[in-house]
Amino acid sequence: MKLELREITKRFGDFTANDAISIVVESGTVHALLGENGAGKSTLMNVLFGLYDPDGGEILLDDQPVEFTGPGDAMAAGIGMVHQHFMLVHPFTVAENVMLGHEDVVGPAKLLDLEAARARVREISHRFGFNVDPDAVVEDLSVGAQQRVEIIKALSRDAEVLILDEPTAVLTPQETDELLSIVKDLRDSGTAVVLITHKLREVKAVADTITVIRRGKVVGTAEPTASQEELASLMVGRDVSMTVDKGPADPGEAMLVVEDLTVVDDATQVTQLDRVSFDVRGGEILAIAGVQGNGQTELAEAILGVVPTAAGTVRLDGETVTGRSIRQALDAGIGFVPEDRTTDGIVAEFTNANNLILDLYDRAPFSKAGAISPSVVRENAQKQVERFDVRTTGIDALTGSLSGGNQQKVVLARELTRELKLLIASQPTRGLDVGSIEFVHKRIIEERDKGVACIIISSELDEVYALADRIAVMYHGRIVGIVPPDTDRDTLGLMMAGAHEEEAA
Amino acid sequence: MSASTLDAPATPETAPRSKDWRASIALGVIALISLVVFGFGSASGADTTFVVARSTDFFEVPGFTLPSQLAAILLSVVGLALAGYTAFQANQFRKVGIWVPVVYGIAIMGALLTWAGAGRDATSIQLTGLLTSSLFLAVPLVFGSLAGTLCERSGIINIAIEGQLLAGAFLAALVGSAVGNAYAGLIAAPIAGALVGLLLAIFATKYWVNQIVVGVVLNVLVVGLTSFFFSTVMSDNPDLNRPLGLASLPIPGLSGIPVIGPVLFNQNLLVYILYVVVIVLQIMLFRSRWGLRVRAVGEHPKAADTVGIKVNRTRVRNTVLGGAVAGLGGAFFTVASGLAFGKEMTAGKGYIALAAMILGRWSPKGALAAALLFGFADALRVQLGIIGSSIPSQFLAMTPYLATIFAVAGLVGHSRPPAAEGIPYKK
Repeated sequence: MKLELREITKRFGDFTANDAISIVVESGTVHALLGENGAGKSTLMNVLFGLYDPDGGEILLDDQPVEFTGPGDAMAAGIGMVHQHFMLVHPFTVAENVMLGHEDVVGPAKLLDLEAARARVREISHRFGFNVDPDAVVEDLSVGAQQRVEIIKALSRDAEVLILDEPTAVLTPQETDELLSIVKDLRDSGTAVVLITHKLREVKAVADTITVIRRGKVVGTAEPTASQEELASLMVGRDVSMTVDKGPADPGEAMLVVEDLTVVDDATQVTQLDRVSFDVRGGEILAIAGVQGNGQTELAEAILGVVPTAAGTVRLDGETVTGRSIRQALDAGIGFVPEDRTTDGIVAEFTNANNLILDLYDRAPFSKAGAISPSVVRENAQKQVERFDVRTTGIDALTGSLSGGNQQKVVLARELTRELKLLIASQPTRGLDVGSIEFVHKRIIEERDKGVACIIISSELDEVYALADRIAVMYHGRIVGIVPPDTDRDTLGLMMAGAHEEEAA
Repeated sequence: MSASTLDAPATPETAPRSKDWRASIALGVIALISLVVFGFGSASGADTTFVVARSTDFFEVPGFTLPSQLAAILLSVVGLALAGYTAFQANQFRKVGIWVPVVYGIAIMGALLTWAGAGRDATSIQLTGLLTSSLFLAVPLVFGSLAGTLCERSGIINIAIEGQLLAGAFLAALVGSAVGNAYAGLIAAPIAGALVGLLLAIFATKYWVNQIVVGVVLNVLVVGLTSFFFSTVMSDNPDLNRPLGLASLPIPGLSGIPVIGPVLFNQNLLVYILYVVVIVLQIMLFRSRWGLRVRAVGEHPKAADTVGIKVNRTRVRNTVLGGAVAGLGGAFFTVASGLAFGKEMTAGKGYIALAAMILGRWSPKGALAAALLFGFADALRVQLGIIGSSIPSQFLAMTPYLATIFAVAGLVGHSRPPAAEGIPYKK
């Protein structure tokens, strides 16, 4: 089936999200839509899927114009979509989720034909080697398995065009590779796949055709043979350096000293952090690498004091900070960029101006005699928004309405407002587009050069290499080794699987 | 930035789970109190007489007499055992079935009953009568909690059950009296409830008003309207508010079975409708296309929308249907009980129905079981009043409400409401 979008235009008020976009998708190919967050890729696909009404343009299937009034029409026409946020009903089983909306019924009482649904799931699951149990409850499945359920859902409706919206945003590296091979299998079986993404590696790995979208317009097409730099500059609209310019570190005295830090989970009594000891010097970036869920989150939270420590001490600039309140830890000069910025980093319903003073609202100059001074708050917000290049409609816009990259800039701007001795950033660029990643990395390096001790926790090795002056690898709540930044990928990979430095090298 | 592939084994994603001991502790403490007060507190050597079947039944089952202390102790021990079972299940991260709180409640209340009836030679406990009135008093609760289940499964919180019951009671009395036939009232009652449900649905889905606020306002509105018509139209024309009754319709054969015959199969039409509604809804909600879609809408409306299910249409339909079910239950207060309409005669039953819905974990059969427990508590109050217990009657009047609080607070900590309930669906 050939799918063609012709001159699609979609406006939200004054904002043109899609400006006369045309693309053609042939069956048996993977068409990548590449663009930064907020470029209009998802809007375009929601138009195609019948969730939005376009303001102009038309959709053609096999050269016949079609009109979709809702997702039901799009699915009936053979278009399936795997949304970035999965559309799965959590307490339902896989089979129930797959049958929902086009249920088969059986018997005189017209009850659900679960057996047919199970067979369908098994058949598709078998065809692509998914290994999904039709009777498993969706909320018990891993994120990767849930995504496969979404794909089964689309295929069970005989989708000939499959749209994948940012499919790897939530996946681990291993799951990402599995997904990419599934995409290739789908293509080989004749499905037209539309891959919406901003990740260049994926595009280069599977795409047959690449369309680059910037600010709602098609800015060009590229061959998968194009280099990452070429794709990135098309996407961002200017030259982007894929490596961060970073001078040599000039470390000073040990700023943070962690000794035997141990964290035990209250409920399960599982040791999440096991006698971790290390130090970070001022003017140095220590990157903490490791597969997610190996104690990195707990380490960051224990240093700040968000989770109680069972044993061990943390000293910052010679003073013990363990056992203090978070307020005191912040006052001692710790800056913290949490892993999940939307829930822990900002208050989504607050304005940018208020989010920028969340930690400082009760002190001068923002507060005088117990009352917040709006003019100072606004002045500060204006200054920070400019300094950090936050793309927003204004300082009074709700931070929750910003794109992920801009939310992260707000968090970073706030944390860097205070005078820091230690900056802890967890997954600082997860889900961010290339332009924002570059920006965030530059800021972190600036802090380092000011003499701040920096801890960067990242599960992406590229980021670790880009920033680290030393790399600590965590596995099962322990630090298996601290190595120099020129350690090769294979060694690090083995260490992340628990091998010690000597064994891995 | 690209993700890097690593040959590291992914750590299994185990969600941190904590063991919930609240339910077992609450159950254990109450059972212990029961053991001490009702068990060892019963005069030793005293007996409690139970009357099972009356001579009017198909055949007579002789009543029996139990040593009070032993019986109360045994019943308390049953309660303790159930508390232990709950603790065992909690230790395995499993939750217990709805039968546990129901059997537990009946055991503890049975201990109370045995204790109260101890050493009273002149009076005996009418077991069949107690069960019959339990079922009877549970009728509005079952209809009410079914209404709540229907609405909440689709994502609409229905606090207006009380108002729907009252509106049903009012219209049933009015229409029944005007036509001169109680069955006409039975037909009219659901219409009143459905109208209240429709108001709730419109405000909730079209204007996105907070559903709890709308529900409370609707309750007050219905109280106001019915009280107004009661003191104007009805008091001016007494013919429009007559006590009518539905005849008992014994089912031949079945009604002759001792104990359960008269309890289950010698009831009026409304009770038989209740059996059918519970069974049909239980099957429809969990086994039919309609039920699957309703539950999807209540859990993840956007997911339902993306597979072509009309979310708000489903919600409006369910809320109106729920209102109709509650309205039908309202007929219990007037035409099914042989009473004329009285001001605010539902007396908070709608809220107890809401508690039964929660205790019953948003399922029709759970709602039935929970409502029967509350009905039993209510019937017990009446029974204890008759045999003249030493407990002040005010305390007895509290039992169903206390049972409600314990049931909701202690036992449902781990039950989970539909994820999207109370959240308006905006595209």
